Amino acid sequence: MKSAAIRCRGLVKRYGDVVAVDGLDLEVRPGECFGLLGPNGAGKTTTVEIFEGLLAPDEGDVEVLGQRWRGDGRALRDRLGIQLQETKLHEKLTVLETITLFRSFYSRGAAPEEVLELVGLEEKGRAWVRALSGGQQQRLSLACALTCDPELLFLDEPTTGLDPQSRRKIWEIVHDLRSRERTVLLTTHYMDEAERLCDRVAIVDRGKIIALGSPAELIASLGADNVVEIACERPPDLSSVPGLGDVQLVAGDASRLRITVDRLHRAVPGILAALKTQQVELLNLATHQATLEDLFMALTGRHLRGD
Amino acid sequence: MPVPIRYSPLLQLSLAKVRGILREPEAIFWVVVFPVLLSIALGIAFRASGPAVLPVAVQQGAGAEALVRTLTASEALSVELLEEELAREALRTGRVAVVVIPGESWTFWYDPTRPESREARLVSDATLQRAAGRVDAHATDVRKMTEKGSRYIDFLIPGLIGMNLMGTGMWSIGFSIVNSRQRRILKRFVATPMRRWQYLLAQFVGRLVFLVIEVGVLLGAATLLFGVPIRGTWVLLGAVCGLGAFTFSATGLLVASRPRTVEGVSGLMNLVMMPMWILSGTFFSTERFPELMQPIVQALPLTALNDALREVMIEGAAAVQILDEIAIVGAWGILAFLTALVLFRWQ
Repeated sequence: MKSAAIRCRGLVKRYGDVVAVDGLDLEVRPGECFGLLGPNGAGKTTTVEIFEGLLAPDEGDVEVLGQRWRGDGRALRDRLGIQLQETKLHEKLTVLETITLFRSFYSRGAAPEEVLELVGLEEKGRAWVRALSGGQQQRLSLACALTCDPELLFLDEPTTGLDPQSRRKIWEIVHDLRSRERTVLLTTHYMDEAERLCDRVAIVDRGKIIALGSPAELIASLGADNVVEIACERPPDLSSVPGLGDVQLVAGDASRLRITVDRLHRAVPGILAALKTQQVELLNLATHQATLEDLFMALTGRHLRGD
Repeated sequence: MPVPIRYSPLLQLSLAKVRGILREPEAIFWVVVFPVLLSIALGIAFRASGPAVLPVAVQQGAGAEALVRTLTASEALSVELLEEELAREALRTGRVAVVVIPGESWTFWYDPTRPESREARLVSDATLQRAAGRVDAHATDVRKMTEKGSRYIDFLIPGLIGMNLMGTGMWSIGFSIVNSRQRRILKRFVATPMRRWQYLLAQFVGRLVFLVIEVGVLLGAATLLFGVPIRGTWVLLGAVCGLGAFTFSATGLLVASRPRTVEGVSGLMNLVMMPMWILSGTFFSTERFPELMQPIVQALPLTALNDALREVMIEGAAAVQILDEIAIVGAWGILAFLTALVLFRWQ
């Protein structure tokens, strides 16, 4: 078996009193697309920047493509494609000039024109970076990371702040890379992005990995395929209803519940019958298929986004 | 396998630097257009005029007409006859330089604090005395100094070049580095195998391109429009400009080594340049500052650079004659460069 693309053990990074990464262990296999999924401030970016050799960990051991970061690490950097969060490339260079500049830093790689095509910006080669939309700038940033034909690609929040169409475009590019067996490590706080792109996902919260597996495995670990959300005029008692999984309060309100269920067609009538017996009026009822978001909520009691 | 020239990082980094400046219209204005406009404006304001004609008034009274006739005969004077009140008003406002009052003895009414007024008094006195029969005790002759190199514009142009080398060097390096740091481009570069010294070297290479343009334009304007002489060798003049550009680029690098925002570095740069604008003898000679301040004034890199440029351009000095200035400018440059390397913040 080939050695891991990334392997780390006991990774710790502190900023003053704040522990950004808290004893993290991880192994990314060659050729897989691996996702770090977690809310903002979970320590994803810090973790990735340690892998990228931009930050030194306080504790722990990191190996990237079988090597440790030492000295300037140029030989290792030559094999990595890196997209950072919030890099604003020079506005008054053209798209092609920018890619060519990045290409010149590497000992090998694709021709800038080919990379341009890969990210679908061939029409924009001579346009100034300033004239690009947010989604196009993000694709250019991706192109700069791809220009060295990397063995390992890091994408930090590649679609944050983009419109749905631009996100889909980026997904297509990453999907294409995956089919060519490049190793990709991406961070995201969008569970749909992780579900769609990643072979395996690590859910990160407060600097620790709280769940690890393929998206399907992780959702299955909820023990139920569906989620029912109800809102009532007063708190109901559902303890007598059979076939319900985990029951959680929404926003600490006992009259609003999230219930994981295995079989929707049996659970919902049971819930309705119980409410009728107790004479509790139902204000709202919604169901959806279980997602990574539900797993995150089940594990932490919080949403991925917005907290 | 040799790397194609297209993928030479030094070339690409330098190209990016030059393009960045060329595509910034404001930068072109301040680097090229503004210094030329400034030299034209100052050159016109302080142009050497022909021999001055001194305005003289004769006050109305007995014998005034005769005085007017006598004085009018002198080419150096323009004469008018005025009532006492009007004559006082003309003298007070500086419209005339002296008022001659006729009478038993001639009275010269003048303002001893004004050189022009003192001169007009002496010239009109001499004219009247000679007409009245005074004979010079000894024969005299005159020769006129018209050589170029002694005018204000000749003093000004080397100083403007020096000031421009400072301003462009600091801004073109400092501003773009901090801008790249703020946009996290530096961090992104550090994540690639780019060699850091190549990035820094490219900043200087890009600067060098503009050195040729800005000095060329200023010297061209100075020699063509004002006939400012260049008496030293072009090679030495070019070398002094190059050294000055290096020193102030290194200063720009030092100033830009830490700040995270463009606002921060702008303030720092003005703080560094302000004393030199005033003290370094760009617009007037540093000899006007008191003895006590001279050690500071003379130790400033711009003072030394301005002196060296003047000596090469106007005096035709050779390299050995400006070794002190070269040493001061060079020492500042090397010190700033090494300090910047230690302090530089990439992320």
